[in-house]
Amino acid sequence: MVPHSQSNSGLGTFLFSFLISVLLLGCSGGGQISDPSKMVFHLGNGEEIEDVDPHTSTGVTEHNVIGSLFEGLVNLHPETLEAEPGVAERWTISEDGTEYTFHLRDGAQWSNGDALTAKDFYDSFQRILTPSLAAEYANMLFVVENAEDFYRGRISDFTEVGFDVPDPLTLKVTLRAPIPYFLNMLGYHYSWWAVHIPTVSKFGGMERKGTDWTRPENIVSNGPFILNEWRVNQYISVVKNTNYWDAANVKLDEVKFFHYGSLDTEERAFRGGQLHVTYDMLRPKIPWYQENNSEVLQIDDYLGVYFYRVNVNQEHLKDKRVRQALALSINRKQIVEGILKDGSKAAFHIVPKNTAGFLSEATFEEDLEKAKSLLAEAGYPNGEGFPGVEIMFNTQETHKSIAEAVQQMWKKGLGINATLANQEWKVYLDMQDTLDYQISRSGWIGDYIDPNTFLEMWKTGDGNNDTGWSNQAFDRLIDQAATEPDNAKRYSLFQDAEKILMEEMPVIPIYHYAKPYLKSPKVKGWHGNLLSHHPLKHVYLTP
Amino acid sequence: MLRYTVRRLLETIPVLLLLVTLTFFMIRLAPGGPFSQERNVTPEVQRALESHYGLDKPLFAQYLDYLASLSKGDLGPSFRFANKTVNELIADAFPVSFELGCWALLVALVIGLPVGILAACRPNTGLDYFPMSLAMVGICLPTFVMGPLLALVFGIHFDWLNPAGWFGWKDRILPALTLGGYYAAYVARLSRGGMLEVLSQDFIRTAKAKGATGRRIVFKHALRGGMLPVIAFLGPAIAGMIAGSFVVETIFQVPGLGQFFVKAATNRDYTMVMGTVLFFASLILILNLVVDILLTWLNPRLRFE
Repeated sequence: MVPHSQSNSGLGTFLFSFLISVLLLGCSGGGQISDPSKMVFHLGNGEEIEDVDPHTSTGVTEHNVIGSLFEGLVNLHPETLEAEPGVAERWTISEDGTEYTFHLRDGAQWSNGDALTAKDFYDSFQRILTPSLAAEYANMLFVVENAEDFYRGRISDFTEVGFDVPDPLTLKVTLRAPIPYFLNMLGYHYSWWAVHIPTVSKFGGMERKGTDWTRPENIVSNGPFILNEWRVNQYISVVKNTNYWDAANVKLDEVKFFHYGSLDTEERAFRGGQLHVTYDMLRPKIPWYQENNSEVLQIDDYLGVYFYRVNVNQEHLKDKRVRQALALSINRKQIVEGILKDGSKAAFHIVPKNTAGFLSEATFEEDLEKAKSLLAEAGYPNGEGFPGVEIMFNTQETHKSIAEAVQQMWKKGLGINATLANQEWKVYLDMQDTLDYQISRSGWIGDYIDPNTFLEMWKTGDGNNDTGWSNQAFDRLIDQAATEPDNAKRYSLFQDAEKILMEEMPVIPIYHYAKPYLKSPKVKGWHGNLLSHHPLKHVYLTP
Repeated sequence: MLRYTVRRLLETIPVLLLLVTLTFFMIRLAPGGPFSQERNVTPEVQRALESHYGLDKPLFAQYLDYLASLSKGDLGPSFRFANKTVNELIADAFPVSFELGCWALLVALVIGLPVGILAACRPNTGLDYFPMSLAMVGICLPTFVMGPLLALVFGIHFDWLNPAGWFGWKDRILPALTLGGYYAAYVARLSRGGMLEVLSQDFIRTAKAKGATGRRIVFKHALRGGMLPVIAFLGPAIAGMIAGSFVVETIFQVPGLGQFFVKAATNRDYTMVMGTVLFFASLILILNLVVDILLTWLNPRLRFE
């Protein structure tokens, strides 16, 4: 048996040594966040990013970081999103709109001082079109002649693909059809940007994703900033790239992208002066800011649509009159103004207003009487005999509130019973993908500013259709539009296609997104736009 | 004692193996995969990704592969963070969680123990009722209420501390108070209960009869026995504190292990789920062993060797 005194001092020693070790650990802290001598921009950037490889990344938050590190052939104007010179200082377009010749600027460099040439772009395009890289956005390049054939292995010679490098500063791209949004895509979408081939090859990343070339100590890039530090679940720091061709006009010394796990935390960080711009904000807080601090509240239109997918394979949802009745009986104003209050706009068509000047003609009006008679025609007068529907959504408060509102509207207006089913995100995706649902809450954000990004997906068997809906006339119109050289005619084909979509109603549009966030008045050179694309080379801070 | 320790350590191996097996197959049973997302990937890309991560092999072959690399200490690449390995992510995040856990433990003990002991020495007085009601509030008030409240008061209203982040020593204060305050409440109640029980025993009366001072009775005679419930509680509690708390880490943007633990599951980051589960389980097993050893050392009646 241990004597008393010994045991007491043993416990004391344990606690004491523990205390000391804790204090020692506490000394190993990181640096503070503000340094007055430098212009450091603190930007909230949603969830932690996957990677900064422009060819294998996919998300919006990734886009924001990659956009500071890399630059494409063209840039987009921060306000109008028109194409401006990037790595290419000028370009010409052939009369038929299928041949683009880019003249790269002499003296453009990589961050390590290597010359940036047309060959870098050429090799980069070959990399992303290599199937083993598993690039999810490889199909963005399918607008180029033979690119899809190369990707699918139907041709093995990359020289047959519509890229050509006549001299180190010239790059020719031949499209399979005229694509009006081509330049916009080059500027916005990172799948079109070049990577530094020697660095990528050195770490074995030409045909494999996830290699070490994107680590801060290894990466070589060509944008206004270079990767400096990457602390997972905390922040990513990028600093000014002195080898960038337009470095003289880059005003920020450093940008820190903060990755917050919750919007509440992000908002508190903003209020505590730790952030200049937040990534997003909680909807219920908007009215408070509108009343008390509207100076920092920013609401931009955003190129996206919120809608309900209808599984047309379900027996009672096969009849388009039922789907129309469901669509006509939703009071969108109540959802937008009563629940969201974030500047979102009621949607009566899929393509958001003013998507590259496209104004949908395929609109409908909410009409409860018409909805009732449509339902009666379909054999369910006053909802009698209708088996009911289940609205599925991924677990989130806003989706739930909207689903509850819609449930009420259908019950009161049509006499239809709707049940709600919330699912965890991945389960929800799986069920939607395998058509294991009746009605599913969905959203879609455009990849580029053109109606095509909202309409093409509803073609028969498209990987993102997920409704079981198929219409040959619709498919034909979309295919025709893809090769139509005249933009006015193209738009009229899209109009016809969207009319079919809204007549058949496999998707019920609910609202078009707005993007609310908080922005300090010190931030200048930051403009709201449809793509939420904010080139950081233009941003600066005032004291 | 050595034989006992070695035996207990050996016993953890089959437990961990069972855990690895169960977790491995359970996470694969969950609907959706690491590559499913709002924009569906094309079948070609899906195949390429599966072959990249070895998911195209039969499930049992994947299991054997995993065990093989695990035996070398390799937890594999993360599915979510393309250029990072699970080992590396845990190695980066654990020290943060560990540090936060230590501070929280300090808060729990420094507040909880004196309050509990004092309450036990003056039972059914104001010194007992008031701190114990506070402790009850502390237990009932979840960290997701306490955390934002502290951040709003000290981070925004008074502007003394950062409301979020993990940069300097000051940033340790609020998360440690939030996490530690919760445990302090438990420690206070447990130490009060433990002390009260010991103080009512015969040997304490004997000590009193022999003329021992109040201080001597509490610190010399009662404390050791009175701490037993606290120590038994602290084993799993320490594991919980240093393995990272998802809620506290999210509220204060602390880059610790807790965030991975939850997000890996929702992202279906198979290797990360396995890695964090395995790491957490090992931690609990080891800490339980330490507690058991400590308890036998403090309480001779538990000794069986």
